[in-house]
Amino acid sequence: MLFPSRLFPTPIEVGINLVNLAVNGKLIPDLGKTLYRATIAFLVAMTLGTAIGIALGRSRTADRLFSTWIVVGLNVPAIVVAIVLYIWLGLTEFALILAVVLNKLPLVIATIREGVRSFDPAYDELGRAFRMPFARRLRLVFLPQLMPFVLAAARTGLSLIWKIVLVFEVLGSDGGVGFRISVFFQFFDIKGILAYTTAFILVVFVFEYLALRPLERRILRWRQGRTA
Amino acid sequence: MSTGPRLQIEVDGKQFDPAAAPLFDGFRLTVEPSSVVALVGPSGVGKSTLLRMVGGIDQTFAGTVLVDDVPAASAPPAGFVFQDARLLPWLTASDNIRAVRPETTEAEAAALLMRVGLAGFEHYYPHELSGGMQRRVALARAFSVNPRLLLLDEPFVSLDRTLVAEMEQVLLTLIDTSQPTALLVTHLPEDAAALADRAVVLAGRPVRVVADYRFETSPGHRSRVEREHIANQIAAAATGVAA
Repeated sequence: MLFPSRLFPTPIEVGINLVNLAVNGKLIPDLGKTLYRATIAFLVAMTLGTAIGIALGRSRTADRLFSTWIVVGLNVPAIVVAIVLYIWLGLTEFALILAVVLNKLPLVIATIREGVRSFDPAYDELGRAFRMPFARRLRLVFLPQLMPFVLAAARTGLSLIWKIVLVFEVLGSDGGVGFRISVFFQFFDIKGILAYTTAFILVVFVFEYLALRPLERRILRWRQGRTA
Repeated sequence: MSTGPRLQIEVDGKQFDPAAAPLFDGFRLTVEPSSVVALVGPSGVGKSTLLRMVGGIDQTFAGTVLVDDVPAASAPPAGFVFQDARLLPWLTASDNIRAVRPETTEAEAAALLMRVGLAGFEHYYPHELSGGMQRRVALARAFSVNPRLLLLDEPFVSLDRTLVAEMEQVLLTLIDTSQPTALLVTHLPEDAAALADRAVVLAGRPVRVVADYRFETSPGHRSRVEREHIANQIAAAATGVAA
């Protein structure tokens, strides 16, 4: 055999292993842990990032003060942030989630800031001419202009989170998909690694097709069929 | 039948650039209730700024603009029609009308759309409508906010002449049934000749009234010859200043 079967298992073997790990192993709790971390980090980063992004987009002074830090944040290697936080805060759940948040935050801020800057002043004038109160302007004028950027930030941010949360779990955690894969790595258990990866991809697909895409379709409905 | 408000415009001073001559200095204009007044003049003369003062959008000037004896900023919002349709692209035609005045019911919005010739288009998004149709939605929106005072800022710019004629017809019908006070800012004497009872020709810096024409025949009943005569009259006044 040119490819030893232990290192190149067939899809069927991986499938059987996947079921086995789900029923008898720790696959479900591991997935749960990783999803929990990713969800918290995602929500915190999106909320904070959107708020800061709006502030930087609206205020030139704030932007001048912080834009350098955004550039630093966008480009600092993810692993450095994680290691530094693990040293300072210990190998804790909090340090892990904070590291993910800090890695994603600059991306969200930069995207939202661009969104706010692209707001059309013509709509501000429309609001003033018809004396639209602030709450209504927020709902009907600002948010719809911002939504495509929030969705873009969510999409790029989510893919980034999937990637780094596993790396940080390898680096230091007591469970989760990344942690388990690093254990498999020590035993060269490629079947386990592929089974976990498959399970993880399945979760991502579910999220993509049952949450993200329907949400996008709903929010951006008005752009459908638009040729411009 | 309701009538439009009287406008008393007294702008003592307004300037954008402190180094240049002021845009307004002791400018006076009174508009009688339910009259349609065209403000004609070259671009940059201050027509649009004046319209924004009456609309209460621009409040940074010395002087007073009274709408029925109430300062413009505290008066009920005017029905403003911009140079572009300026519809919110994420809202349907009906929702665009209701966005600026939530008290408008869906039925009222539909009725307004019918008056501008868009019956059945309530649930179309702006990108599904032609340019001319979008302008008509904007007109219906302005009318829903305030059928007594219309402020039109070059509403026909970048429309071809057939569409302009169509818009003018819609506008004449609206004006005829509701008798609003209307200010029409335009650089084309033809627009004034088609719609206005009175044309005020503006020029100079600071801006002043160089000609003030009141026309006998109502705009809807003017023949082509009369309209051309009026347009020539206005054009002559405008170029007379420039020369």
